[in-house]
Amino acid sequence: MPKTLFEKIWDAHIVAQEPDSPAVLYIDLHLVHEVTSPQAFTGLRSRGLKVRRPERTVATMDHGIPTTPLDVPIMDQLAAHQIKVLEDNTKEFGVQLYGMHSAHRGIVHVIGPELGLTQPGMTIVCGDSHTSTHGAFGALAFGIGTSEVEMVLATQCLLQRKPKTCEVRVDGQLATGVSSKDIILALIAKIGIGGGTGYVFEYTGSAIRSLTMEQRMTICNMSIEGGARAGMIAPDDATIEYVAGREFSPKGADWDSAVARWRALPSDEGATYDSSIMLDAAALEPMITYGTNPGMGMRITERIPDPAGLGDANQKLALEKALNYMDLRPGQPLLGKKVDVVFIGSCTNSRISDLRLAAGLLKGRKVADGLRVMVVPGSQDVKKQAEQEGLDKVFKEAGAEWREAGCSMCIAMNGDQLQPGQYAVSTSNRNFEGRQGKGGRTFLASPLTAAATALTGAITDVRTLI
Amino acid sequence: MASFTTLTSRQVALPINDIDTDQIIPAQFLKVTDKNGLGQVVFHSWRFLEDGSPNPDFVLNQPVSQGAQILLAGDNFGCGSSREHAPWALTGFGFRAVISTSFADIFRNNALKNGLLPVVVDAPTHQMLFDLAEEAPQATLSIDLPSQTLTLPGGQTVSFPIDGFNKACLLNGTDEIGYVMGFEQDILAFEKGR
Repeated sequence: MPKTLFEKIWDAHIVAQEPDSPAVLYIDLHLVHEVTSPQAFTGLRSRGLKVRRPERTVATMDHGIPTTPLDVPIMDQLAAHQIKVLEDNTKEFGVQLYGMHSAHRGIVHVIGPELGLTQPGMTIVCGDSHTSTHGAFGALAFGIGTSEVEMVLATQCLLQRKPKTCEVRVDGQLATGVSSKDIILALIAKIGIGGGTGYVFEYTGSAIRSLTMEQRMTICNMSIEGGARAGMIAPDDATIEYVAGREFSPKGADWDSAVARWRALPSDEGATYDSSIMLDAAALEPMITYGTNPGMGMRITERIPDPAGLGDANQKLALEKALNYMDLRPGQPLLGKKVDVVFIGSCTNSRISDLRLAAGLLKGRKVADGLRVMVVPGSQDVKKQAEQEGLDKVFKEAGAEWREAGCSMCIAMNGDQLQPGQYAVSTSNRNFEGRQGKGGRTFLASPLTAAATALTGAITDVRTLI
Repeated sequence: MASFTTLTSRQVALPINDIDTDQIIPAQFLKVTDKNGLGQVVFHSWRFLEDGSPNPDFVLNQPVSQGAQILLAGDNFGCGSSREHAPWALTGFGFRAVISTSFADIFRNNALKNGLLPVVVDAPTHQMLFDLAEEAPQATLSIDLPSQTLTLPGGQTVSFPIDGFNKACLLNGTDEIGYVMGFEQDILAFEKGR
């Protein structure tokens, strides 16, 4: 019986399954951060349990940490306490922590792949919905809640019902100025934010194959914004080349046997999915969101849709509410819309290739007067690499802020936030009301669109600048 | 784990689709290290005005919502992040069930682990409940988990689906971690076999 990539990994991780019950699924890698883990460690302590497999558990701090210089103390006492609690918990339970002053600290979904922790065929979980990022390596990776974090700490297993599978086939060649961020924004605009609920996406097709690993991570990262807990891409040469030689990747004979296993992971000829979606990459243009969820997106050259044109009363109401929050009108173009902030960062788009793209456009130019442009690398390793390439100088000379690594304004927990009423073009993943600061208004877009907007101070089609 | 058998309560209606977890509990409140107190800030951005005073127009601040334990919400409730703070905030306010046409996967899992019952109804029933909330805000609904039925004020009953394992866990207050720990020998064998 031919199997999909998902089915191969799922089947290989079933520890036990009682009739009519969910599977007990083994977890290969558990990533932990400061915000969704404290109550789980408390639970463990109150049960008198240990972390079952500390060697499969890796922690870092990313959500609440400041992105100001490292010698500045953390002023937010609640955040500082939460960070201290993670330090104490990881010490007590013997878990590896990439802490505040670690050279490898960063956003959990950036450092996992970077350190070679993320590998094809693995099951990977984290108390964070963007864990779907790691699916780019042909891993089954998804976000879990804190009760499940506690379960994995205690048992290295998770109780799971088998999700359905959906093939998202993207064929064709992307045009200049169009990126993997535009593929995923276009997909979510097409299916809506609940369109993938209950499914694991497997992205296939020539357009996906031609992407680099970092571009693939951007797509899998936002699978959850389409409702799918996990998004996967079968491993190929690009995957294996990326994983090779990293700190935690297999070495020597182990490497050879691992590669042989990984080569067998892609979906078999004739394997079937529960549903499928097609997207033509060649027809895509740069995308931008106009509303208050990632499904409210359009081509950057389009005009904002009119709620009056929607048949469904609830959808009409939702769009009216969104446009009211965004202070935008039906029929209005977004090109030329002035913004206050440009944010380049987040687990979606803060890797070295994202920064290179943005820096390529900003080099030798200045950001628009009065515009705040924040560049937040995804990890301290990305920061170091960027500085070796002189990208920090490009950003600073252009008038952008070059900050320390973290989630920063994607979730706005650390003081990096919009003021009420401000508009931002952001390379992050969510444009929910207040997501980047109470009253703040977010336009999601690619790093290229963000950099183009940084230069003009208004939403700009990058294709007019290149 | 918190158990659930039956519930009779007024409903609080939030006729908004795609209510995300950032609305249920904004990120600024995720810096806690325990589960308590989040009920006071559930739906914070909608519930409080700029000056911190309660927004009188928001349904949770109206007398009808006081003591209500059922939340009636628009489609695709709980989308977005994996924060379990969302069900902690909802149960902290006093909710024990949420009715919608659909729930985001991670939220549904998190809710079930906190004794918060996600009740899925079809679109006509959903609309009927919203109409009822408008016409008779004091009316009460009854939810009976053993029979998987929702009873309307007129006595009409509607059945709702729930995963059998989740149902048993809710009825018995099963500790799921204890359940998985019962597979210790299988876990050991699995680890040895790789």
